[in-house]
Amino acid sequence: MKTTRIANAFARAKADGRPAFVAYLTIGYPTLEKSEAAIDQLIAGGADIIEFGVPFSDPFADGAVIRAAAYEALRQGVTLDSALALAARVRAKHPDTPIVVFSYYNLILSKGAEAFAAAAEEAGADAVLAVDLPLEERDELLSVLKPHGLTMVPLIAPNTPIERVVESAKGVEDSFLYVITVKGITGARSELPPELTDRLDAIRAAVSMPIAAGFGVSTKAQAAEIGRHADGFIVGSALVKRLGETGSLEGDLLA
Amino acid sequence: MKTHYGTYGGQYVAETLMKPLADMAAAYDKAKADPAFRREFEEILRDYVGRESPLTVCRRLSAHLGGAQIVLKREDLNHTGAHKVNNTIGQALLARRMGKKRLIAETGAGMHGVATATVAALFGMPCEVYMGAIDVKRQAPNVARMEMLGAKVHAVEEGSATLKDAMNEAIRDWVTNCDDTFYVIGTVAGPAPYPEMVRDFQSVIGIEARRQCLEKFGRLPDQAIACVGGGSNAMGLFAGFIDDAEVRLVGVEAGGKGLATGEHAASINGGRLGVLHGAKTMLLQTDDGNILDTYSVSAGLDYPGVGPEHCHLHDTGRAEYSVINDDEAIAAFDALCRFEGIIPALESSHALAEAIKRAPSLPQDAILLVNLSGRGDKDMENIIKWKESRRQASDATARSEG
Repeated sequence: MKTTRIANAFARAKADGRPAFVAYLTIGYPTLEKSEAAIDQLIAGGADIIEFGVPFSDPFADGAVIRAAAYEALRQGVTLDSALALAARVRAKHPDTPIVVFSYYNLILSKGAEAFAAAAEEAGADAVLAVDLPLEERDELLSVLKPHGLTMVPLIAPNTPIERVVESAKGVEDSFLYVITVKGITGARSELPPELTDRLDAIRAAVSMPIAAGFGVSTKAQAAEIGRHADGFIVGSALVKRLGETGSLEGDLLA
Repeated sequence: MKTHYGTYGGQYVAETLMKPLADMAAAYDKAKADPAFRREFEEILRDYVGRESPLTVCRRLSAHLGGAQIVLKREDLNHTGAHKVNNTIGQALLARRMGKKRLIAETGAGMHGVATATVAALFGMPCEVYMGAIDVKRQAPNVARMEMLGAKVHAVEEGSATLKDAMNEAIRDWVTNCDDTFYVIGTVAGPAPYPEMVRDFQSVIGIEARRQCLEKFGRLPDQAIACVGGGSNAMGLFAGFIDDAEVRLVGVEAGGKGLATGEHAASINGGRLGVLHGAKTMLLQTDDGNILDTYSVSAGLDYPGVGPEHCHLHDTGRAEYSVINDDEAIAAFDALCRFEGIIPALESSHALAEAIKRAPSLPQDAILLVNLSGRGDKDMENIIKWKESRRQASDATARSEG
């Protein structure tokens, strides 16, 4: 079962007494070659799960950093297929690291859900996170992913009622919940909201699957604070920004 | 709440917007059932917008074409000069009932932005409008109007810097400020409940027109024709006739430089199934699923998607969707100016062009009802430029042939 890679990654982190580190990159930024090198560096630097951000022309849920990265990657002709080809290369080198294909639903719908699921399975991906595919709409994709051994990562927002959190967990217990820390778009923030820790406690009490918190996380201190109340933390914009500026993610991954 | 139209529609949004959408749908269902809401809406439409809008028979134009009678539903005579205000009043009333403090909107041609800025002033609410930087340039008079009305206009430089990018930025604002902000969407697109809500607020067009046709002609029109970008004026017109099987419903998409050139905005005729801005709908997109830049001489039709209910009406065959190119729309614009003394919006000129195409082959007692959704003052500069470039091109041809 390939979807156990996600559960195993969280279990390994837990055994080490630390939260799992989920890292997001925009694939193809600054170039496809640099994305590949950066993923190796991320895994060497302690990232447990890699989110493959596939660039989309209309990134309405993203902040300035990830948008700029997406436009640059698109300019170079990066597509869902090129992201899956990179996933296959990463899978060959890193057999245990879960890969989440992270994008907007239209890219998947355009390719065709079945064709996508087959290609994602072939590439060795584990899960899909479609930003604009909420609980009410997700079955049309989830039902196609499952026969290919793929699962889905649901988003949980600050205003998602707890009953809905429980509903969102059903059928994807082999995955993790992506808890959005703030209402808004992606991007580093100097402070996380004070109510976050209570919120994470409430969500963790409501579900049995791992939860990871993201949006605005960029420092060791933030990651450690989240780690006391969640099974993992997610870093995106801060990594994308650094990769754009320096061309590499060697060394310490968090400020 | 109606969420899907056949396979189209839905709520394809980020999770953070699901709660605001559910709150909005519940508030709208309650408002719909409340006679006081209905009364206030109708009172503002009458005393402030100046409804009902008249029907105008195009006598000279119809005689010139020698076929069916062309009849206009005069939404251009509304306060603010287009049908857009019907919807912004409805949504602003709902925003006020929900206790929201701030209105935001996206706009293409600027008519919806002006209509939102107008009701924001009327209700004393702050208003911010997102507009593509290219549209800010080509629709400068409407930017000035919005600012005069007290709205803040943000020029969106990203992507293709047109309506879709303005909508992306409005969604980013909404997802960040959804507790106190109401997003006034200008068309029958977006996630549920917007397509239903906007159609309902615009249905006043078709309901009035149906009654006016019966009073004036003693019968219903043979065809009801409207332009379709997102499709709100068309859905408003169609709503009045949807149960009258004998009335053909005709939507007209913007063909730009021609479907074959790829430079157009005809989502139903030239697109394929996709998801954008919260709805599953027909979309102009690349083979890889990225959204294409669209083109039309009329900024208000320049959108890569279309309201989901239109896609459904197309599938079921209840409505038909044709394509009118830039030059046909401009010719229709000229004809209405010269034959009837009415300067129409370039958007509405697409619907008129379709009627002009159809009229000659129809009997004289046939009635083609055209929704004249807006007036053309905003388009003056563009039309002058367009004609100038055409004149230069034909001069160049004449020289090379001479």
